[in-house]
Amino acid sequence: MADDHHGPTVRIYLAVFASLMFLTALTVWVAFQDLGMFNDVVALGIACTKATIVILFFMHVKYASRLTWLLAGAGILFLLILFAFAMADYVSRGWLGMPMSQYLQ
Amino acid sequence: MADHALHHDHPHGLAHQFEDMPQQKESAVIGMWSFLITEILFFGGFFATYLIYRSYYPEAFFEGSSHLDIPLGAFNTVVLIVSSLTMAMAVHKSHEGNKRGILVYLTLTGILGLTFLVVKYFEYSAKIEYGLVPGLVWHPHGENSPQLALFYSLYFGMTGMHALHMIIGIGLLIWVFVKTAQGTYTAEYNAPVEIFGLYWHFVDIVWIFLFPLLYLLGTQGGGH
Repeated sequence: MADDHHGPTVRIYLAVFASLMFLTALTVWVAFQDLGMFNDVVALGIACTKATIVILFFMHVKYASRLTWLLAGAGILFLLILFAFAMADYVSRGWLGMPMSQYLQ
Repeated sequence: MADHALHHDHPHGLAHQFEDMPQQKESAVIGMWSFLITEILFFGGFFATYLIYRSYYPEAFFEGSSHLDIPLGAFNTVVLIVSSLTMAMAVHKSHEGNKRGILVYLTLTGILGLTFLVVKYFEYSAKIEYGLVPGLVWHPHGENSPQLALFYSLYFGMTGMHALHMIIGIGLLIWVFVKTAQGTYTAEYNAPVEIFGLYWHFVDIVWIFLFPLLYLLGTQGGGH
């Protein structure tokens, strides 16, 4: 059983807040640098980092029971399945020269 | 600290089916996360659609994105992050049973939520003014106008659904505020404050992804 009084301290909240603000400034700055295709990679990497920080500390998952970890993880897992299977379909449509593929690219 | 439940009398706020307060809170948190999974996948559908059409029409998406106001988007990002901090502080105060603390931080969170919506209102107004609302007022008539309309449909769909979540969030916030003011929550019984916090942080996370994907995309002008 998770001890609900064992949450993060105010000091940790402020550190989390500061890092979220820093990452927001960073993502805006990076957007104006020409990194070619890596602009997207860096922007998504920063967004994922920010989301992870919010989930672990503001949403207390770091301090929660293993069942909560499982549920949070399941949400992300199913999201990745959604992306992977949808993209596997759309990206590969032109590959086999099927009759419809010319209309989709 | 929560071993008052061992007493024979029924603790305040404990439903009959639960052994004790920690078990009840654990169930509430798990129930909320189950709901959040459906929310993750609901927004996931939007993000998957965005991903697919962006990979099909990168130029139109860059162009559409370049019409969005980065300073306003960044400002709203900051507003939501600050509101997440104040929400986390409200939950923190609820663990101490500090009624006044909860009320102060909920008020701040609500004001920041409303600030976000006001900024969004001005952004939407500008889009209507420039005729960038597919199906309502649509002025672009270049070669890639249909693809541009797709970007703006996704922009209004995603930010609109996010704004709806913010409006529902402010409604829930008022409810939690009233219950707090009535003295419902104590250091032992405060799960509703915590559960509402989970919802608020989730809505913040959605915006954390919307901001770079919609606003920051256009800065490189499709130069790759």
